[in-house]
Amino acid sequence: MKLVNVIRVKALFKVIAILVPLALNFNSLVAAPTVSSVVTSQNTVTAPAVEAGHGDAKAAPEEEKAGEVIMHHILDNNVYYFDPFGEVHLPKIPPIAGIDISITKHVVMLWIVSAALLIVFSIVGGKYKNMTPRNAPKGLANAMEALVEFIRVDVAKSNIGHGYEKHLPYLLTVFFFILFCNLLGLIPYGATATGNVNVTLTLSVFTFFVTQIAAFKAHGVKGYLQHLTAGTHWSLWIIMVPIEIIGQFTKPFALTVRLFANMTAGHIIILSLIFISFILKSYIVAIAVSVPFAIFIYLLELFVAFLQAFVFTMLSALFIGLATAHEGHDEHEVAATAHH
Amino acid sequence: MLTSGIILLAGSLLSPNPGLIFWTALTFVIVLVILKKIAWGPILNALEEREKGIQSSIDRAHQAKDESEAILRKNRELLAKADAESDRIIREGKDYAEKLRTDFTDKAQAEAKKMIALAKDEIEQEKRRALDVLRNEVADLAVQGAQKIIKTVLDADMQKKIVDGMIQDLSTKRN
Repeated sequence: MKLVNVIRVKALFKVIAILVPLALNFNSLVAAPTVSSVVTSQNTVTAPAVEAGHGDAKAAPEEEKAGEVIMHHILDNNVYYFDPFGEVHLPKIPPIAGIDISITKHVVMLWIVSAALLIVFSIVGGKYKNMTPRNAPKGLANAMEALVEFIRVDVAKSNIGHGYEKHLPYLLTVFFFILFCNLLGLIPYGATATGNVNVTLTLSVFTFFVTQIAAFKAHGVKGYLQHLTAGTHWSLWIIMVPIEIIGQFTKPFALTVRLFANMTAGHIIILSLIFISFILKSYIVAIAVSVPFAIFIYLLELFVAFLQAFVFTMLSALFIGLATAHEGHDEHEVAATAHH
Repeated sequence: MLTSGIILLAGSLLSPNPGLIFWTALTFVIVLVILKKIAWGPILNALEEREKGIQSSIDRAHQAKDESEAILRKNRELLAKADAESDRIIREGKDYAEKLRTDFTDKAQAEAKKMIALAKDEIEQEKRRALDVLRNEVADLAVQGAQKIIKTVLDADMQKKIVDGMIQDLSTKRN
């Protein structure tokens, strides 16, 4: 035990002995990487040396450039960059009915996610097809089963209640779709499709439709319209009905913004932390602040990837459960028990 | 400050892109349909089957427990019954043995009494016979004494002595 500690301490001293002169000397004497060629090529963030004085003078424009680089990383684009190896120009499709349906970076990511999902779940599904109740799942099937079972029992069953089986395929797909999008956005050269408001909007609209259809099926047209009045006196309808209708739309809107903002914010924080070292042109900042904090936020983002996928699914299930809940039944039961 | 301002003002962060919406919807629906067919169906079926299997196993275990408890109860009853039975048999055996013992001792005592009585009779007879023999002997001795007396000098003293001796002999022999 002691020997190992001694060796570790020695190794640590060596690392410090190498890094400290590097950090101190190179900073002032030789060069520090800066963001200067962003505007011209937009695919390189390191650049030849710039003297310290120049750097100070250019501080404000460089900040702007850093912001542009960050936005460039987050936003959708028609070109897929593989810095520093090159870039792929995605095909442009002529507009159909006035809609530009060109393939973009996020569309490619969606397809990669779909391919990953299909591969993973064709393997898992295949294993389950020839599995008897006596066999225990192993490996990948077991890992996926834990998540599936979690969504099935803790999300769908507990929030929707009776008839939750109908909505399970949607909830499971949406969970794994968002989860894979979030996770693949965290690997290098990946883009976070769920960090794009259009993608999250589409997913929320799906939830909206599923919720509305479930409500119609559960209550019928009359019950659905009654639901809009929230059971109040008719004189209050002029207030209640608009509020309820708006309420139907705020739910998916909240879903949209929550997922999009969470995924975008995490990436902006990581990129900003990295850019601090470029803006300040300091290796010390890079070693002491940027890298450790970026790693911390990255780990946090891993957690958030799961959390946001869960939250989206959870809220979808909750909305479906609220829409299909038979409030009348509860009242009847209460009345029945009161009679007894 | 400037960076955040640019991010906020960029606008394109929230700009709608109908093409992306179209592709997302299309991709999602296709993935949903395929996954429903290849994955969710088999997985959920397997999970449900397993759930049912576990439930039935639990039910069966409960049933088996009830059954075994019933059997145990029955066994206990049987054991208690057997205990009582064996107790009864032992008691009966003991009683019988006691009776047998008393019978035997009574019989033996009776037998012994009978034998003692017989022995006494025999002893009496023997005694009588012995007295007869003795009487004959005494008569013989008296005759012999008389012979001796007649053979020797008929002295009064002598005679007296002889008679005394004879009487003494008799008494010793009788004893």
